Amino acid sequence: MTIEDIIKPENLVYKKPDIMNDRPMHYCPGCSHGVVHKLIAEVLEEMDIVEDTIGITPVGCAVFAYNYLDIDWEEAAHGRAPAMAVAIKRLRPNKLVFTYQGDGDLAAIGTAETIHACNRGDSITIIFINNGIYGMTGGQMAPTTLEGMKTATCPYGRNTRLNGYPLKITNLLKELDGTCYVTRQSVHTAAAVRKAKKAIRKAFENNINQKGVSVVEIVSTCNSGWKLSPEKANEWMEENMFPAYPLGDLKDTTGDNQAK
Amino acid sequence: MAKIKGAIVVNKERCKGCRLCVVACPAKVIAMSKQVNSKGYNYAQMANEDACVGCASCGIVCPDGCISVYKVKVD
Ligand SMILES: Cc1ncc(C[n+]2csc(CCOP(=O)(O)OP(=O)(O)O)c2C)c(N)n1
Ligand code: SF4
Ligand code: SF4
Ligand code: SF4
Ligand SMILES: [Mg+2]
Repeated sequence: MTIEDIIKPENLVYKKPDIMNDRPMHYCPGCSHGVVHKLIAEVLEEMDIVEDTIGITPVGCAVFAYNYLDIDWEEAAHGRAPAMAVAIKRLRPNKLVFTYQGDGDLAAIGTAETIHACNRGDSITIIFINNGIYGMTGGQMAPTTLEGMKTATCPYGRNTRLNGYPLKITNLLKELDGTCYVTRQSVHTAAAVRKAKKAIRKAFENNINQKGVSVVEIVSTCNSGWKLSPEKANEWMEENMFPAYPLGDLKDTTGDNQAK
Repeated sequence: MAKIKGAIVVNKERCKGCRLCVVACPAKVIAMSKQVNSKGYNYAQMANEDACVGCASCGIVCPDGCISVYKVKVD
């Protein structure tokens, strides 16, 4: 059997989702953002809800996400995506409304909006890309930066005496009564990507079933900001990020425990 | 016994040469090209065609959606 015999439309088992268009994404080679964009696209297509979805882009590297996925989008000011999502969900309760936010966006400038949206409990989904750094602006320390981790603004490593502790904000969000599903995932291996996809699917189903706020944290790499190759960044994440941000479900009150 | 044969097609202009697909492939099918694409990246390509089982791990981890995966059962 030749390669030409295998490469036929009827044998296709995997491809870029249709709503991810052909524009080249501006992300650095190997950046986790692209993988998560792809998962969102796949889940929306599988749920057949592309036409009824409104995403809210953050300020951060994902600021141009609206250029890459062909769905309806709004762009929020830095950190304000959850407030905007609540407003949109109240005006259009039958739409699937989600935010896509980095750790600087969600856990620094947007802390108030995040906490109050999770406390109000409108049925929105928050996709939270935690790469422990401000990627877009050149790799400054974020609230989520690990103890001892070097960034442009803590070149000798984060000193907790000076800079406080890594903010495990997802752990706080699970305590709020407005959240129904809070999970922490990653996308560094094919198996992890499959799990993360299940989690996003569940979060989006909670959204249309009006169950409350779902938060999907994706522990991610920023290989440029971390100054590692994409491959080494994944290894560094496993060794250093996962102990501080352990993967798994933190909360699930929806009575359906499929995504583990 | 039925055997599974796979093959991949890489969109080489879209590829950014991150090598995550090379790492993810359990059968060591993929290697980077010596040539570069128009952006200057070495791109992923099948180097060991016979070994591909069409598991799609490469496509799944590719951040830029560059890889299409094909799979067929051979009797
Ligand atoms: C009101 C306001 N303050 C500060 C900035 C500068 N700024 C842009 S992106 C960013 C942080 C981005 O980090 P993160 O949210 O973690 O996203 P990443 O790039 O890491 O994905 C900051 C501080 C801004 N654009 N607007
Ligand atoms: S700076 Fe970091 S988060 Fe931003 S695109 Fe590059 S790798 Fe991704
Ligand atoms: S489909 Fe599987 S075996 Fe084939 S190249 Fe991709 S990862 Fe390797
Ligand atoms: S994972 Fe995608 S972008 Fe990276 S080298 Fe492979 S095909 Fe190219
Ligand atoms: Mg960040």
